[in-house]
Amino acid sequence: MPRKRKKLAIIVHSGTLDKLYCAFILGSTATAMDMETHLYFTFWGLNMLVKGGLEKAGLPATYKHMEEQLKKKLKEMKYPTPYELLKRMKASGLLKIYACSPTMEMFGVKREDLIPEVDEIAGAAAFLDLASDADITLLV
Amino acid sequence: MGGQIKTHRELDCLGLYCPEPVFRTRQEIDKLAVGQVLEVIADDPAAEEDIKRLVKRLGHQLLEIRKEKDRFHFFIKKVK
Repeated sequence: MPRKRKKLAIIVHSGTLDKLYCAFILGSTATAMDMETHLYFTFWGLNMLVKGGLEKAGLPATYKHMEEQLKKKLKEMKYPTPYELLKRMKASGLLKIYACSPTMEMFGVKREDLIPEVDEIAGAAAFLDLASDADITLLV
Repeated sequence: MGGQIKTHRELDCLGLYCPEPVFRTRQEIDKLAVGQVLEVIADDPAAEEDIKRLVKRLGHQLLEIRKEKDRFHFFIKKVK
């Protein structure tokens, strides 16, 4: 019998570069390892799914003074951007992206404002259902 | 050690950091035919453990890791 695919589920709550990298590096590595990856974006994370959002991501206020230096270093390292990592995950066919419905209403975000990679607008029950049989569940 | 392994593709990951070597290695494995061998060269210290686990997880065979100063050479055989 073929081995069942491992499943990673992450709630992406943060909208800052440091934490997006955490979620996206794990997610893109998971898809490279043949794991199903589910990313549920809520609050500040949801705002990153608005077109142009990922490109604008920076560091949180406490570390703002290091942002320019970090971005320069990432370029020198030829490090992929968060959006590039997201596109990679999508290209694997193993990623599903969910946008939190009440967050969209809170911030006045419409379906057409979101990047095309979003699969579904979903709520807590949808996440809990998919996370209940995930092998790894994280909140970032 | 020292035996020659016949390789069919080579991937240079020098200067690249996690998750790049893993991602690129996966892409190259996908291009191999079953039975062919990929050589990956990397100098990210994380690559030794990362590539080992990637290959194991994907169910392929890591024939050998050669360490040469600060570089690793991985020989990966696609088995399915």
